[in-house]
Amino acid sequence: MRGERTEMPASEQRFLSALYTQEKMHTLKVARQAGAYAQAERVLKMEPADVIAAVKASNLRGLGGAGFPTGMKWSFVPPKGDRMHYLVVNADEGEPGTCKDKHIMRGCPHTLLEGIIIACHAIHAEKAYIYVRGEYVRPMERLSAAIDEACAAGLLGENHMGTGRRLVVVVHPGAGAYICGEETALIESLEGKKGQPRNRPPFPAIEGLFRCPTVVNNVETIAYLPFIFEHGPEKWSEWGHNGSGGYRLMSLSGHVERPGVYELPMGTPLMELIEKHGGGVWKGRGLKAVIPGGLSAPILRAEECADARLDFNTLRDMGTMAGSAGVIVIDDQTPMIDVMLNCAHFYHDESCGQCTPCREGTWWMYRIILRIAQGRGRLRDLDELVRIASNIEGNTICAFGEAAAWPIRSYARKFRDELAAFIESGERSREADWHHEDRGAPPLIQIEGVGMPGVRAGV
Amino acid sequence: MSEIVSAPADQPVTLSEKTLGSIAELRGRYEDPRAALLPVLHVIQAEHGHLTLALERAVADAMEMPLTKVHEVVSFYTLFRTEAEGKLQVCICQTMSCMLRGARELLTHMRVKYGVGPGETTADGRLTVHAVECLGNCEAGPMAQIGDDYFGPLTPETLDEILEKR
Ligand SMILES: Cc1cc2nc3c(=O)[nH]c(=O)nc-3n(C[C@H](O)[C@H](O)[C@H](O)COP(=O)(O)O)c2cc1C
Ligand code: SF4
Ligand code: FES
Repeated sequence: MRGERTEMPASEQRFLSALYTQEKMHTLKVARQAGAYAQAERVLKMEPADVIAAVKASNLRGLGGAGFPTGMKWSFVPPKGDRMHYLVVNADEGEPGTCKDKHIMRGCPHTLLEGIIIACHAIHAEKAYIYVRGEYVRPMERLSAAIDEACAAGLLGENHMGTGRRLVVVVHPGAGAYICGEETALIESLEGKKGQPRNRPPFPAIEGLFRCPTVVNNVETIAYLPFIFEHGPEKWSEWGHNGSGGYRLMSLSGHVERPGVYELPMGTPLMELIEKHGGGVWKGRGLKAVIPGGLSAPILRAEECADARLDFNTLRDMGTMAGSAGVIVIDDQTPMIDVMLNCAHFYHDESCGQCTPCREGTWWMYRIILRIAQGRGRLRDLDELVRIASNIEGNTICAFGEAAAWPIRSYARKFRDELAAFIESGERSREADWHHEDRGAPPLIQIEGVGMPGVRAGV
Repeated sequence: MSEIVSAPADQPVTLSEKTLGSIAELRGRYEDPRAALLPVLHVIQAEHGHLTLALERAVADAMEMPLTKVHEVVSFYTLFRTEAEGKLQVCICQTMSCMLRGARELLTHMRVKYGVGPGETTADGRLTVHAVECLGNCEAGPMAQIGDDYFGPLTPETLDEILEKR
């Protein structure tokens, strides 16, 4: 069924989206007609080390945000001893601008389960947990139904697929906390605790869930595995670009004519996604800026977008990141102060509060930006924001710190002229009123002696 | 909602046999039974509407863990509610992708038409509005979760239509 697509031009091939857009693909019968579980059957006959080598050769990178090479992550798992090994599938999908994993869980859950079988074989795991954000009630229903069907058919459970081994898959609901997408917070949350990230080392591969070796991978990363084995790791690597293998689901949102999730090869030009697939900036307006990899990615000004290609290394070299491929488009009528205020509120709201630089820094950034939005900013506030952001960076337990600091710093630096003009005009943004009316912010912020106690560089 | 909710918050509650059965089943799914806390709290909340201190205590007993641990978890996660909610929860996303496409107008509309702001419930107990962060449906912004389902892109008019049908 999937075979002949190899002959198509790379930009026109579809894998996951060719499945999840078909009605009834969530049922085992239809999924099997489309070839589901055939690759798992083959891979189960391979040596685990060979499976890891193949995934390494495919250049599959983690699609949850960090882009870590998947095969390499698996190779950190120690040889199987007495302890259980776990696969934890990250279906928390909380990075603003990202809306892809739910399509997989709802539309082709058997492809995800097939990927889970492959990954568990490679890392000697006999149990997998899928941590799904609590709001995804419908996707969880589909997943659970798919697991039941797969168990009844002997694909999962005791002696699954005739291997003589056991493989149990459990769906675990989260309860509304962005930080639980971070892998060690997710593990804490899965253990029934508050979702507060752990210090590393030990890394989860050595000591993760219930203190056992654990691999955490994103839904999409795992769901691509069957395709990699179907077409071969070399093809997968070749279809990608600049060190990122194959394809990924790009979530396109904001000011475009046709927002949506588009499956495209790594390295697709950013403007091709926006113009060809997204129908261009909405209402015939001009482009102002793009956030290319979820809200935590530093912003690109319109003039930078022409050179941007959607793969991990290219965007990293441009000073931003491919992240979760949540591409948010901003038109030329949007005041940057509104974008900044929205972003600062999010991180201030979601910090888990463990580290002082993150907890205090996100609070100060929100307050300072709110004051600017209220028409009472000072020019030196822009430098203050850059300074606070730089004091968070590198001084926290988890990467939330950078996720909060980088975007704010990028807005303050790249849109300095616009923000400075706004400050000098003394205007009040409508967003400021709304933060007062609906988000409980004070009508006017009074900050004495702006500075972050205890968060000087080197402290 | 059951009568248990109307009992004073500090009166002990007894969980039904059926609920205790679900708790035992959920605990059995994990190598460490305490890991079942989140799914267990979801079950209890679905049954009782919101989590009172008395319910937290009952959960702590059933889970064989200290009340403080349960309380800590309930207060950490936004989906666990400690106060009574309307029959229908309207959670309107306010994060970037939805904000850019007019999420704020949806909140303003709820205020003007139904007289409720974020965190408030209509006088007849029908609707509770929440302003929430990204729900993972940015492609359909501005969007809202109404009950268990996602809707978007919404306008004040389409939002009304959906609410009238419920
Ligand atoms: C603050 C924060 C939030 C994150 N949220 C998510 C998420 O919602 N989904 C996800 O898959 N990864 C998320 N991640 C990345 C995970 O920590 C982890 O790198 C990922 O799940 C690994 O899977 P992958 O290698 O397949 O990408 C987040 C990271 C941070 C620092
Ligand atoms: S960086 Fe922020 S979110 Fe991460 S552990 Fe520290 S306080 Fe929590
Ligand atoms: S920003 Fe509203 S659903 Fe993601």
